[in-house]
Amino acid sequence: MGIGYYLQFPFAQHALEAAFIVAISCGLIGPFVITRTMSFAVHGTSELAFTGAVAGLLVADNPLGGALVGALVVAALIGILGQRASERDSSIGVILAAGLGLGVFLLGYYHGYASEALNILFGNIFGISSSQILLLGLIAIAVALVLTAIWRPLLFASVDPDVAQARGVHTGLLGIVFLFVLAVTVTEAAQIVGTLLVLSLAITPAAAAQRLSANPFVVTLLSIAMAVAAADGGLLLSFQFATVKPSVLIVALSFAFYVVARLVGPAVTSRRRHRSVAPDLAELSRG
Amino acid sequence: MTGAAPPVELRGAAVRLGQRTLWSGLDLTVSEGEFLAVLGPNGTGKTTLLKVLLGLVPLSEGTVRLHGTPPRRGNPALGYMPQQQAFDRTLPIRGRDLVRFGVDGHRWGLPRHLRATRRRVDNALAAVGAVSYADAPVGLLSGGEQQRLRIAQALLGDPAVLLCDEPLLALDLASQRAVTRLIDERRRTAGTPVVFVTHEVNPVLPYVDRILYLVRGRWAIGAPAEILTSERLSALYGIGVDVVKVRDRYLVVSAEDELPTEPGAHAHHERGHAH
Repeated sequence: MGIGYYLQFPFAQHALEAAFIVAISCGLIGPFVITRTMSFAVHGTSELAFTGAVAGLLVADNPLGGALVGALVVAALIGILGQRASERDSSIGVILAAGLGLGVFLLGYYHGYASEALNILFGNIFGISSSQILLLGLIAIAVALVLTAIWRPLLFASVDPDVAQARGVHTGLLGIVFLFVLAVTVTEAAQIVGTLLVLSLAITPAAAAQRLSANPFVVTLLSIAMAVAAADGGLLLSFQFATVKPSVLIVALSFAFYVVARLVGPAVTSRRRHRSVAPDLAELSRG
Repeated sequence: MTGAAPPVELRGAAVRLGQRTLWSGLDLTVSEGEFLAVLGPNGTGKTTLLKVLLGLVPLSEGTVRLHGTPPRRGNPALGYMPQQQAFDRTLPIRGRDLVRFGVDGHRWGLPRHLRATRRRVDNALAAVGAVSYADAPVGLLSGGEQQRLRIAQALLGDPAVLLCDEPLLALDLASQRAVTRLIDERRRTAGTPVVFVTHEVNPVLPYVDRILYLVRGRWAIGAPAEILTSERLSALYGIGVDVVKVRDRYLVVSAEDELPTEPGAHAHHERGHAH
C-alpha cells in the first residue's frame, strides 16, 4: 500500500490540495516575517488558533471559522498592545499565555471527542472536506492579493522604516495590515501541520531561502517552492511510511532544506561578495 | 524654481512635544545651492526639524514653506539620507534593491521589471561608485559603502532639497570625506540645497555656508566663523564654552564638562583618528 494506493482516495487528494494551498501562503509571507523579525508573532497567533478553534467548536461546531475569527482578534490585540517594536515580543507573550489559558478553560466545556481539539494542535490534514478546500483556497487568494498590492511599500517599510516614512509610506498602517495577513495565513496553515508546527512552513523555508540568495524576489520564490515541496513531499512520504504522522514528515523535510541551505549558502553569498569588494576598497583608498 | 520662493523657509516656527518646547521663533531661509549644517546636542530637535520639512511633524506655531508650498507627506521634491544602519547579514536585500527603493519603493503593487528603471538604478550606482558591490547583500557592506548607496537612493528622485540626518555617524574618516564630497557634488552640479544634521561640524566644514546651532530651545544662525566662537556658544549653552580652532578644525570645550555629546566629545574622537 504505497503512494499510488492512497492517491485514489478523496481524503488523500484533498490533503495534497490543502497542503499545496497552505504552503504557497506560508512561503509567501515567510520572508516578510523574517525581515520584520516577527517569528514570535507567528508562534503566538498559531498557538492561539487552538483557543479560537475550541471556541468555534463550542459555539458553532466550526473549528476553522472559530480559529479565523480568533486570529483576527489576536492580530488586533498584538497591534494595539505591541505598537512599539520593543514591547511587541512581551505583549505577544502576555496575549499568548492568557489566550491559551482561555482555550484550556473552554475545552472543559466541550463534550465531544478531545481528539477533535487535539487535532488543532497537531494538524488534521486527512479530515479536510471539499468545502474546506474551497475556503482555504479563497483565503490563500485573498492573502496573495493583499500581499501583492502592498508588496513594495511593505518591503520598503520592513527593510528601511525611517526612509520609507520619509518617503511618505504609512509604515504603522502597513504593519497592522501585515499582522492581519499573517494571522489568517497562520491559522490556515494550522489546519494542515497543526498550531505547534506552523513555523515549519511559515519560517523555515524562508530562512533557508535567505541563505541561498539576496535577491528579495528570488528569495520569495525559493521560499514558496520549498514550502510546497515540504508540505506535499511530506504528505506523499507519509503515504509510503504510514506509521509516521504527515506533519512530522513535513517538518523533517523543511528542516532538511534548511540544513542544506545553511551548508551551501555561505559559498553562494561569499563568492558574490568576494568578486565585488576588491575594486571598491582600492577606489576608497585612492580617494 | 529659482528667483521665486526659497527652497526652505520657516517663519516664527516652533515645535512643542507635550509640555516641552524644542525650539521656537525660528526664522530660517535656505537658498538654492546652500549647504546648511544643523548642529546641537542630542534631543534639541535637529531631527525634528527634518521631520517638519518631511511633513511628519506639524509646527506648533509659525509657518514653513518648501518652494512656497506647505510640507506634505511623501513629497517627491525632497531627498532624505539617514544615518548608517546595522542591517542583518542575511537580510535578502542587495545594494541595488536599497537604491531602487528611491525610485518606486513607496508605490503600491509588485516591482515591475522595466528596463528604464534598471538603467536609472545602474546610472545612480555608477554615479556614487557603487557598481562593484551593487549585487552584494546590504548586510555585508561597510558603513561607507552603505552610505554611498544611500546617496544614490536619495538622488534617484532628483530632489529639489536634500535632507541628511547624521549621514556620517560611525563612518571612518576616509568614508566621511567620500560621502561628504558626493553630497557636495550634487549641490554644485544641480544647485540642490542641503540641510545637513550632524554632531560633528569638522568633516563638512569645507562645504558649509551657514550653521544653524540649536541648544535647548535657543538657536543661532550664521556663517561658521560667526557661530563657532566662544562668545556665541557660551551664550547659547548658558555656560562657559571655549571654541578653539586648530588647523582648520573647531574644538568646543567646556570647563563645566556639561556639553552632552557635543563637539567637545568628538574633539576627543577626532584625535583618535587624525593622523
